[in-house]
Amino acid sequence: MKRYDAIKKIVESLNDELIVCNLGAPSRELYNIQDREENFYMLGSMGLVSSISFGLAISKPNKKVICIDGDGSLLMNLGSLSSGDQKTYTSHKTNLDVIAKGAGFESIIVIKEIENIVPNLKNLRVGCYFVLIKVDPGNAQVENVPLQPEELKERFMKVISKG
Amino acid sequence: MIADFKLYEEIKKSGINLILSLPCILLKGILNLIDEKKEIQHIPITREEEGIGIAAGAYLGGKTPAILMQNSGLGNSVNAIKSLLQLYKIPVIFIMSHRGAEGEKISAQIPMGQLTPDLLDLLNIPKFIIDSMETIKEVTVAINLSKKSNKSVAILLKRTLWSNVT
Repeated sequence: MKRYDAIKKIVESLNDELIVCNLGAPSRELYNIQDREENFYMLGSMGLVSSISFGLAISKPNKKVICIDGDGSLLMNLGSLSSGDQKTYTSHKTNLDVIAKGAGFESIIVIKEIENIVPNLKNLRVGCYFVLIKVDPGNAQVENVPLQPEELKERFMKVISKG
Repeated sequence: MIADFKLYEEIKKSGINLILSLPCILLKGILNLIDEKKEIQHIPITREEEGIGIAAGAYLGGKTPAILMQNSGLGNSVNAIKSLLQLYKIPVIFIMSHRGAEGEKISAQIPMGQLTPDLLDLLNIPKFIIDSMETIKEVTVAINLSKKSNKSVAILLKRTLWSNVT
């Protein structure tokens, strides 16, 4: 399973969820699969997508917020480990699901098969979930996100204020 | 103690409804008050950048967040200030104890203490100095400017705010 295909499946499972998406290839892929007003694309500040999602979730408790993070950027916010798109810590010994458990997540879902993404995401109820989708390395060949930062912020805030 | 009460009232009055914090000996009183009163949502964090991320998300969701931190953490925050807050024009209020300035006994605080005012200028963040009971009202001035301009602002709390009244 490639990340591009995993994101496609995530998009298939959506209703009106807010998405905060990690910078770089994941944002480009999400934009090209399906741009929505409810998508917020990170353009910089690697590592902070999980923090932004958390801040958003606590300020909109009635909304479902999906944070699409990467293994490297998640580790970057745990400590200062970093990885690129080559051999990552998580391809060797680091188990992010175990880290999430240690950090206090009660509901952890690990998905290895692409057909399990939609049913698992559709099943999520109120609460805080850590969903680990195991994908193969590699980026889809897609274009950059053409939206300007302020335009993106205003679009996102406008759709949030509606509901 | 009186200074902490007055500072707390000013923060509350200004409309801040989410505080992310890192500990500092100078901020102990105000952080205790925030926890005791339970009127403003308070989330302690482990690193300044993380607080900037949470504050940015909360702002997108309609909150008025502030980060209470030591100025030493400003160095940790530079990339997030530029490539998150300023890129999207997301305003966050930084309320910082100004360590490493007059009366500092810990040598490691001094380099960042000296750099802080210049670094804020370089980052294009307006700064407001609170060094006495009379200047506490600057909190509201700073926050009004932030709301009007969509820019982050920094409020520097000097040691004399506490030492002159206790």
